Amino acid sequence: MSWSFLLAAFTPFNLMLAFVGVAAGIIIGGLPGLSATMAVAVLVPVTFGMEPASGLIMLGAIYTGAIYGGAYSAILVNTPGTPSAIATTFDGYPMAKRGDGDLAVTLATLSSVVGGLTGALALLTLAPMLATIALQFGSVEYFWLAVLGLTLISALSEGATIKGFIGASLGLLLSTVGVAVVGGDVRYTFGSSLLLGGVEIISALIGLYCIPVLIDLVATPDPHLRVSEKASGFRLREALGYALRSKFNMIRSAIIGTIVAILPGAGGSIASLVSYSEARRSSKNRERFGQGEPDGILATESANNATVGGGFIPTLVLGIPGTPPDAIILGALLVQGVRTGPELFTENADISYTFIYGLLIATFLLLPMGLVIGRYAFKSIISIPKAILAPTVAFMTVIGTYAIRNNVWDVLIMLVLGVLGWFLNRAGFKPSPIVLGLILGPIAEQGFVQAVLMGQAQGAVLPIFFRGPISWTIVAIIVIATLYPLFAMVRKHRQTAAKAGSDE
Amino acid sequence: MKSPFMTVLAGAVTSLAMGTAVAQSDFPSKDLSYIIPFGPGGESDISARLQQEYFTDITGQEAVIEYKPGGGGAVAWSQFNDMPADGHTIIGTNLPHIILQPLAKDVGFETDDLNNFYFFHYSPDAILVPADSPYQTLEDLVEAAEEAPGSITFSGSGTYSANHVAQTRFDELAGITTTYIPYKGTGAAVTALKSGEVSAEWGYSTVAANHQDDTRMLAIASSERHPLFPDVPTFQELGYDLEGGAYRGMAVPEGTPEEAKQRLSEIFGEINQDPEFVERMQELGFFLVDVPADEVDDFLAERRAEYEEVARAFDLID
Repeated sequence: MSWSFLLAAFTPFNLMLAFVGVAAGIIIGGLPGLSATMAVAVLVPVTFGMEPASGLIMLGAIYTGAIYGGAYSAILVNTPGTPSAIATTFDGYPMAKRGDGDLAVTLATLSSVVGGLTGALALLTLAPMLATIALQFGSVEYFWLAVLGLTLISALSEGATIKGFIGASLGLLLSTVGVAVVGGDVRYTFGSSLLLGGVEIISALIGLYCIPVLIDLVATPDPHLRVSEKASGFRLREALGYALRSKFNMIRSAIIGTIVAILPGAGGSIASLVSYSEARRSSKNRERFGQGEPDGILATESANNATVGGGFIPTLVLGIPGTPPDAIILGALLVQGVRTGPELFTENADISYTFIYGLLIATFLLLPMGLVIGRYAFKSIISIPKAILAPTVAFMTVIGTYAIRNNVWDVLIMLVLGVLGWFLNRAGFKPSPIVLGLILGPIAEQGFVQAVLMGQAQGAVLPIFFRGPISWTIVAIIVIATLYPLFAMVRKHRQTAAKAGSDE
Repeated sequence: MKSPFMTVLAGAVTSLAMGTAVAQSDFPSKDLSYIIPFGPGGESDISARLQQEYFTDITGQEAVIEYKPGGGGAVAWSQFNDMPADGHTIIGTNLPHIILQPLAKDVGFETDDLNNFYFFHYSPDAILVPADSPYQTLEDLVEAAEEAPGSITFSGSGTYSANHVAQTRFDELAGITTTYIPYKGTGAAVTALKSGEVSAEWGYSTVAANHQDDTRMLAIASSERHPLFPDVPTFQELGYDLEGGAYRGMAVPEGTPEEAKQRLSEIFGEINQDPEFVERMQELGFFLVDVPADEVDDFLAERRAEYEEVARAFDLID
């Protein structure tokens, strides 16, 4: 019977929606500051006139496209187009700088398709079962998960661990600015309504990543990206070679992305960071990560596109949005009068399955469309003279930041953070730990306060932090992740000592 | 885009169709900018989205929704009076937010700065438990709270929010002590309920409407039973004088002409009477009220008295 839903998804109108959605998504996601959430929000009113399944296909397609498009600016301008693409900058930009930007874009396309398909297939086959994962994670587990995320800093800032931790502390501090969700206190606003809304994550991203690149672009005479002589076409064969060799990395990252997306409150940025550090940990070429290692891009782009399908799992089954764009899509469904829940997969199967097949089609469309649009984006970035590129990107950063919350103060905060970020960069502080602190701070804080309140109600605070297998597991991983660099250092030390011994 | 002639014609046709001769049929003369001080996808957004098409039916103009989130709404409200005051810019306002926020701290606006012209519905406060909860009735829950004060935990959205106000007021009315645990948004609060992390949730009938399969509403704080939940008693029926919830209205910037404000009040009043709109709102669990421009002051004064009492319980004011 499910074939009829596949056919329903294949109507010319639905195909057109998927096509238009993916194209619009790629372009919006590719522009710094215009995120997937915004792309979906803008498109929601358009879908009200459509059948629920068609509307969902369009929103799913634009979401998929935007998450993928975020890789372009990450690779070519070192600025994550969407928060999900933060980790793509780590290896994408170094690749582009050395002349492999086209290869990086093709790698991102291949892995995005693999990740997107994995997430959508999980949604198609295992949704009701996987949705229960969302209910296994409570306040305590989110607190530990955020702490685990913070331990990634030591992995991400190897060689400059102390600077990494200083950066993360700055990020955590920035995350407390504004009205606290839990507790309602107004913090660090210095009596001004300017800081009431806090530091918005995407504007911080734009400031910390993009502004330093812009300053360097203007301050140095070198071309923005080197153009490799052999560069011709999509370099698809080369990219396929890398992808096949790293198929386990891609699949593992896609599974991580799917599962992280099921947890409400996490999302693409955390999924790609976790899969990046996993790829790095298990790679034989650990030291090449951060220098332009294709495996880094394969991991992050596979993971963040898997969050699209994964995030729909709790959204459609439980009515709990998995990622921020899902929250908007859920609202759109309610306006349409479609109630989420298990019956969406039984009584309203025509809506849910038609949509899921539509999402699969949109993901397949990513491959040809991504390659073509990506090629165009790459060509324009390398051929546009710096005198035009710099002001264009600068203009986009301001517009993009303003558009997030229609707030001028966010632009000011973005610029201040950008200049600060440039100085910090020169002093060896990377932007990623700061952003990580900013993203994880509120998750950790809210989880902690909720757990303490619950513990007080039960009359014992400490035991609640170790209340079940999930929290034990996460705590164990935290301990291992924290001690691992130390352990590796000791082992390396012993090895060199042994080697020195045998040489004598 | 639309010619002035068409606009006038559309306005005239609408007035005729409604059987009312409206003098200001040339207002609104262009699209309305409808600011929502929260992000998309929430109840403020959803209810505004439902108004949208009926606004177009009546006026021939579009109501364009813009999101300006931040600071629990405070960012948008504190900047609103700088917006153009020709009647074509309105903002969604929420209770208790616009009363409690300025009471508690300096958020850059005072309640009276907001020129409300209509309150159109509220999401009635409600107590929800998981479907498999041992508490079948409100009385069961109250008894459990009496036996072990503080041990019953409620999830809810945010601190000093409508949920928090309801929890504080109910504890006082019932003479019990419970623990309120704030979450970021209704979605997180209902997740905590479903996962069994908390005993119950202070939510709304709208939450119960969206999660009918695995939650049970014990009581609703509307003035009468909700059409969608004919079997769920109101708090008043059970002997607790609790009525209210998260009210939603709309305001114009300071200096907006009085006629424009009146006309907006009429338009949104008319939307509130549309049977299809009423049905769609009720399906989602909302409870409609009609507080037009002339009655807004009295309505706000009443709410204010209630919230000040709660603010005292919160130790926000003396």
